Amino acid sequence: MTRALSDVKRRRIDELIAHTSDAGGVSLLRDAGRRLVRNPTAIVGAAIIVLFLIIAIFAPLVAPHDPVQRFPELTQNLTVDTIPGAQAGHPLGSDPLGRDFASRMIYGARQTLFVGVLATLIGLLAGVLLGAVAGAVGGWVDAVVMRLTDVMLALPSLLLAITLVALARESSQWTVIVAVAIVNVPIFARLLRGSMLAQRESDHVLAARALGVKQRHIVSRHMLPNSLTAVIVQATLTFAVAILDAAALSFLGLGDPDINRAEWGLMLGVDGVRYFEVRPELAYYPALAIILVALGFTLLGESIREALDPKNRR
Amino acid sequence: MLRVISRRLVQLAVTLLALTTLVFFWLRSLPGGPVDALLGERATPQTRELLTRALGYDQPIWVQYGKFLQNVVTGNFGNSIRTGEPVTEVIGRAFPATVELAVAAIIIAIGLGVPLGYLAARHRGRVLDNATIIVTLVGISIPIFFLGYLLKDWLTQGVHVFPPSGRISTGLDNTDVTGFFVLDGLLTRELDASADALWHLVLPAVTLATIPLAIIIRITRASVLDVLDEDYIRTADAKGLRSPTIRKRHVLRNALLPVVTIIGLQTGALLAGAVLTEKVYNWGGLGTLITDSISGSRDYPVLQALILLAAVVFIVVNLVVDLSYAVIDPRVRVR
Repeated sequence: MTRALSDVKRRRIDELIAHTSDAGGVSLLRDAGRRLVRNPTAIVGAAIIVLFLIIAIFAPLVAPHDPVQRFPELTQNLTVDTIPGAQAGHPLGSDPLGRDFASRMIYGARQTLFVGVLATLIGLLAGVLLGAVAGAVGGWVDAVVMRLTDVMLALPSLLLAITLVALARESSQWTVIVAVAIVNVPIFARLLRGSMLAQRESDHVLAARALGVKQRHIVSRHMLPNSLTAVIVQATLTFAVAILDAAALSFLGLGDPDINRAEWGLMLGVDGVRYFEVRPELAYYPALAIILVALGFTLLGESIREALDPKNRR
Repeated sequence: MLRVISRRLVQLAVTLLALTTLVFFWLRSLPGGPVDALLGERATPQTRELLTRALGYDQPIWVQYGKFLQNVVTGNFGNSIRTGEPVTEVIGRAFPATVELAVAAIIIAIGLGVPLGYLAARHRGRVLDNATIIVTLVGISIPIFFLGYLLKDWLTQGVHVFPPSGRISTGLDNTDVTGFFVLDGLLTRELDASADALWHLVLPAVTLATIPLAIIIRITRASVLDVLDEDYIRTADAKGLRSPTIRKRHVLRNALLPVVTIIGLQTGALLAGAVLTEKVYNWGGLGTLITDSISGSRDYPVLQALILLAAVVFIVVNLVVDLSYAVIDPRVRVR
């Protein structure tokens, strides 16, 4: 009995020693990276995103046809209100204008990536800039920026996007991108400001100040890099929301008016729902693609957040 | 407590003032100005001048701004461009429809979300937990208008379980008292009307509830897991309390605090989701009104009032949620 107990104790002490000596030299980032690679959720998310990126980049090589080329022979023999289904040379059939649907889906990865990345990036840059200025300068600048974000957050995201698109004289791909981007500005701004404020009081910033480092350098070299992880997590999650919002805007008739553009949200929100009763596949494929990609970014974003959380550090 | 309320009310007023100001300058910054927006591009100079004077646009900008604020405060938003009716009347008619839909959706979301999240947490790592996580992840990744069409296709076309659109069957002679059709039926004892309205409500409410439901499940699960790890649960267990008592008095009461905050924030998602859901099911509420006001020529007076209304609802609901904290959590009251 006593022997067993001491064995257990000894093992636990050994474990503790092995543990502390091992973790002693590992940085938070490397530790987080290791946890991330071991997390199956993160792998699934990353795999979806990589597949999506490959299809987007190599779209011209993968797609069987030009996404805007019309095949009159597909539609001319048909009676009204039907859309040709799968057949030789056109694995997913065609869209209402007689264009190869499979090719449009493949090129859609490109356009969807373009819309999502740009909307996220523009929102991130503007938000980070505002948040950094507010957090670094403080005082009345901070107050003004925060009231501004209050006003923007007073409207639910999609409503704000609708309002912004309605503001523009005519809609284009850019009104959609910019509207979705602006919606995310206050979120990024508040996130960064909060993190910068927390750091202003921290020891490493105090030390830098005591050494006489210029304010500009303290912000750019010490405060910003330490705040960026939260922003990166948020950006990953924002991408999913951005393509969903873009699809919703298309559905409401506020999307990109270019009928040649192959973008999943546009394909789902316009033709997909219009022909839902005739040929639901026109909605199923883009919807499935959007769900998968949104899922991929959500999974990866949440895994990164989990990995960076010091609570999970062992 | 009073200080918190008054500070939040001041904040609300400041936010609304800023938003009204933005809306005012937005309307003035329109290409060609509001007069062009009202008349269209083919208006003669005479009518344009007439309307400019009638609307007071020939006066200095600060006079206009003052008048605009005065109108907003007294609830005078002018007339709808599309129908010519007063904006308040148009909105008043659509308001109950959306409230009915949103309330039904939030009841579904809370009623299903909290128990499911709790169960998932208690069975952590097992089949039920994993299934819940996957379903909620898909729930937040699916475009909800697509889900609406999907449900509509499955349950109204072939099988015909639910009506495909509208709030009530045509030809049903229901008496309109409050504008809330389910409630009206109960008030006037027209139970068939009430049942019919409820039947129409199911699919749109489920569609609208999807995102809040997924989020409430996730938050409840995470929060219950956090609480289960606390020392006071171990203490309660150690001192021999029965598990139902621990669950009810210690786990649930503490775990539901973050859920309450999320419910407040989800009102925003509901308002935005209503725009999409109402279009799918032809619901005829505020969401439909927004869609109609932006399609084709834009109905600026209606839009402007809707934006302010959405902001007021969102802020007030969150204020109420924050205040309800004091009721549920005694620690807040002390502070």
